[in-house]
Amino acid sequence: MYGTGLAKGLLLTLRHFVESYIDDLRYGFRKYHHSTDNFGIRQGTKTKGVITVQYPDEKVAVPERFRFVPFLIVEDEDHPTRAGKDWCTSCGICAKVCPPQCIWIVRGNDPVTGRPVPEPEAFFIDIDICMNCGYCAEYCPFDAIKMDHDYEMASYDRTSHHIHDKERLSKPNSYWRGIAPTRAYEEMLVRGTWEHKDAAKEARRGAASSARGRSSQPAAPAATVTSSAAEAAPEASAAAAPAPAAEGATPWSEDDAKREERRRKALERKARRAAKQG
Amino acid sequence: MENLAAAPEQPIETASIDDAIAYLKSNHPGAIKLDDRAGYEGIIVDPDHLVDVARVIRGELGFDYLSSATAVDYLGEGDHMEMVYHAYRTGGGGALVFKAQTDRENPAIPSLTSVWRGADFQEREAWDLYGIRFPGHPNLKRILMWEGFHGHPMRKDWREAYYEEELKPFDSRWPGGHVHRSEEKNVFGKNVNYPTDIDLNRLMDSSESAVYESLGLGVDVERIMDKDGFETNELVVNMGPHHPSTHGVFRMVLTVDGETVTSLEPVMGYLHRNHEKIGERNTYLHNIPFTDRLDYISSMGNNHGYVLAVEQLMSLGRKYNPPTYRCEALRVMMVELSRIVNHLWAIGFWLNDIGAFFTPVLYFIQERERILDFFEAVAGSRMMCNYMRFGGLFGDLPERIKSVSNLTNDRVRDYNTMQFLTEMINERIPRTIDELELLLTQNEIVLERSVDVGVLSAEDAINYSAAGPLLRGSGVAYDIRRADPYSIYPELDFDIAVEEEGDMYARYRVRVTELRESVRILRQILPRLEATKGESIWADGKPGAYQPRVPHGEAYGRVENGKGELGYYVVSAGGRGGSSNPWRYHVRAPSFINLTPLGRMSQGYKVADIVGILGSIDIVLGETDR
Amino acid sequence: MELNLQELNATEFPVPVELEDNIAITSLSQLYNWGRRNSMWPMLFGLACCAIEMIATASSRFDFSRFGFEVMRATPRQADLMIVSGTVTKKMVVPIVRLYNQMPEPKYVLAMGACASGGGPFKEGYNVVSGMDKYLPVDVYVPGCPPTPQALLYGMIALQRKIDGQSIANGDDVPWYGVGSAEPTPVPVLGPDIIDPRQMDMIRRQAESAARDMEALGLRELPAITQIVAAKAETAEAVAEALPADTDALNVVLPTGGTPWQEAEDIREKRRLRALARKALRATRRAAQAEGE
Repeated sequence: MYGTGLAKGLLLTLRHFVESYIDDLRYGFRKYHHSTDNFGIRQGTKTKGVITVQYPDEKVAVPERFRFVPFLIVEDEDHPTRAGKDWCTSCGICAKVCPPQCIWIVRGNDPVTGRPVPEPEAFFIDIDICMNCGYCAEYCPFDAIKMDHDYEMASYDRTSHHIHDKERLSKPNSYWRGIAPTRAYEEMLVRGTWEHKDAAKEARRGAASSARGRSSQPAAPAATVTSSAAEAAPEASAAAAPAPAAEGATPWSEDDAKREERRRKALERKARRAAKQG
Repeated sequence: MENLAAAPEQPIETASIDDAIAYLKSNHPGAIKLDDRAGYEGIIVDPDHLVDVARVIRGELGFDYLSSATAVDYLGEGDHMEMVYHAYRTGGGGALVFKAQTDRENPAIPSLTSVWRGADFQEREAWDLYGIRFPGHPNLKRILMWEGFHGHPMRKDWREAYYEEELKPFDSRWPGGHVHRSEEKNVFGKNVNYPTDIDLNRLMDSSESAVYESLGLGVDVERIMDKDGFETNELVVNMGPHHPSTHGVFRMVLTVDGETVTSLEPVMGYLHRNHEKIGERNTYLHNIPFTDRLDYISSMGNNHGYVLAVEQLMSLGRKYNPPTYRCEALRVMMVELSRIVNHLWAIGFWLNDIGAFFTPVLYFIQERERILDFFEAVAGSRMMCNYMRFGGLFGDLPERIKSVSNLTNDRVRDYNTMQFLTEMINERIPRTIDELELLLTQNEIVLERSVDVGVLSAEDAINYSAAGPLLRGSGVAYDIRRADPYSIYPELDFDIAVEEEGDMYARYRVRVTELRESVRILRQILPRLEATKGESIWADGKPGAYQPRVPHGEAYGRVENGKGELGYYVVSAGGRGGSSNPWRYHVRAPSFINLTPLGRMSQGYKVADIVGILGSIDIVLGETDR
Repeated sequence: MELNLQELNATEFPVPVELEDNIAITSLSQLYNWGRRNSMWPMLFGLACCAIEMIATASSRFDFSRFGFEVMRATPRQADLMIVSGTVTKKMVVPIVRLYNQMPEPKYVLAMGACASGGGPFKEGYNVVSGMDKYLPVDVYVPGCPPTPQALLYGMIALQRKIDGQSIANGDDVPWYGVGSAEPTPVPVLGPDIIDPRQMDMIRRQAESAARDMEALGLRELPAITQIVAAKAETAEAVAEALPADTDALNVVLPTGGTPWQEAEDIREKRRLRALARKALRATRRAAQAEGE
């Protein structure tokens, strides 16, 4: 009969309308009171009807892999030896792998020898160019650049606000562990430590030298590794035997001692040259 | 033709590609030589004989479907321009690739529009971007840029106003990367050639006839404008680029006689964002997130076509491992999910166009949001997934779809990934498709508006190189997943959706059937994912290099995307070791080529039907204009 | 949008607690802004990828109607807000500026996504405009590629806060009440490249100097692409030498944090203080007068 198709469609619309209220009844109209308990169900696969996220009052938390603009990881402020130190070694892989080329890095140079040192002097990301692709985080061999979860970034002025410099980009390691616990844990397993790779080496060296009685530096980082690993991922702590850190991925990951040695030699050469000229 | 068909045991229309080439060589001795460059395939045809050879290829050899026609500028690699044509049989099988070369100074290649109408827009694009003239083309005007633009931008010696460096990665970014905004350093575009007698008044001529003439439309504006009195009811109607029904910034210029459309000219390029020029500057890896932004409704499918093309090229080298089974299964799953997203979106907005304003779309978007949540949890972004890599993927499925609260008022969700997927595939999506059918399939208004409207015959569909639901809605059972299979599609059980009528309703029916078939495929993928749990997603067991070297050669990777055949023509030049940046990166965009028959389909229908016909083609401007 | 009188009630005159839900003493500016910001109708037009997220924001899950962005109007005549949602190409910027000129005052522009803000990943392209603010005054920039629906909602709330900070008394905030007709934004022209009519003299001079001295401006040298390909391949492996520092790099001043509407709130706070000061002044004057009598 003509019109049955129309009627069926209208009934469906009515059903959708009713279903959205059935959902309200089920949760006792709590959805307008910003309850946390049933949010997962209402925004999941089981729900029926139209459910609005009441945005500024309740926000859909983003999943761990979510990527917005990048940020740089620095060591936590309460770290015993490397507080506030960059993880970035200014190897430049993120700048090379960036598709729209929105990353600018000024590599740090040792003022005496002129040789590159493993930390960036300046680091800029133009978020007006950034396409949030996540390559920088994916290909960084030092886990030093990560994609942020903070999408609330609207501004009234782009000339000053939209080029992020190192200060703006830097966020502590604990922040990353907070927004992506699973990823951070997996990276820790690969790296062998919760801190930057170099921290573990420094700690080892510190321990070795203290054994020789020259230094009293305690091997604190090593202790934090085991405790925080157990606390962050209790279900996997049995398997949490940290793998040894990968060595020599780029020129800058070599041992600090070698670099120190080279620097000493360069200073000697310089002194010799000065003496010759004098 | 007749006497030849009788002679061989196997008819020449179904002969293998090698036999077809041998047949051509015997038919046109001297006009054809094999393309023997390393990694290249097909034949090079003498331009003087191109049209004759093309007629034989189409008429006698049965390659009736011209998939792609594109230009390549071999500056410094032989210093010639080249048109590359990929012709297929709608019965299935591989491509017959044929090329024609011309010099760079005064390039001209005869038009093939008389053989395949589908070459129309693609030749106009080659003229616009490469400056190749096509004698015999009925309307050889710029298609993406405006008339009066300086130069032909895809030529290798052409530079943008804000040109920085030839190839990425730019040296200015590291190690001395002092930040700058390139447009502020080069305010007036020093690469632009302005004529000395440049005159604003002349450029700003905004009279009616000037506005339409500059577009180079087939519409005879003069005849319609310069009439006295009211002898005829014909008039020109402009729709777009700002028009809610054009699905973005697309423009149509209609000539109407009363309410009836007598001719229609599509005008595009309002979202031409230089995908290919940027793509040739990028490294191979850089291009993957850019492909997301082609057909931004189904970015997973775009990724897939591109990685297939580059993997084809990589397989020419010595060290190449094909992707693992789990990787392929995940790819197919993601592509099928995005096909569902695409078809829900397409049907929803087509309904918007024919008057069911927003209610159905809201239901479909609701469903789409669930799939996007899944994409966000797995790939990191709702729309721009950037999920596939050469020989692998960005990452395996996470154990749980879990969010972490880090802003005030964040509400946390936490689901088991496989359970989420299973519920979505087995319950939610089928339910939505049922609702969709209940809402629309027998709806009298939908039937009135769409049956016998925008009819495209099977012959026309093939001739105009239509693809996807547009082609299958005209009764041509051509689906690349079956005709030229890739990935793990050969072992999956599904049917090609075909409808005979060729009208708007048939295209809608095709989309609904494809939705159901996609669910069928996804149901077969789920056990495969369970079975391969723990298997690496990387061909080599570890993530690929960030700057892979790709061997010398060419490849054409194509997939059946939601909108139709999406092809990537990638050329790797740069010496024996290959290159890290593609020499030529061309996208055969279904949304672009599917517009070729729009004028043909619209003739004789009412103005109100035009938006519906456009909606039933299902275009996305990111892909149309690239 | 439910009427919240307490929200309006923000002058220096105190309202008794028991009457707070019934009456409000407000300034005209505040009432005016309250009305405007809760009836922002965006123009229905999408440019690129961001438009899809804009549609997702308009649909039921995020639903920007909750903030008074009630309906999207297809005609500029009925729109208050232009959401530039996507890549602005040179070919498209001409219609966009025309549409902007057709919108009635007060009108606002929200640049959605990296492309509309500053060209985005496609910035280097020959047909792409490096940011909508080259041609139109943009009020709010929403970064992201594309911004998620929630990020767009945040940008819309930022726009509402910006409107809150405006005052009828300040001519710069409400130029449409000024004397004389407003000049329309010059519509760019498509010549050999896009031409902003305001830059015409400059372009003519450049063309003339190019004609006089072909070496300096006119000719483009052919790039030796094959050599560059080879060179790039080597640099990928070799460690690159440090380039000389770029002298004219931007000196970027960065914000110290906080929300974008901090500024607006500061202005409002200043205004409130000024009003209080005026009130105090009046009180002292009255006191002086009384003393004099």
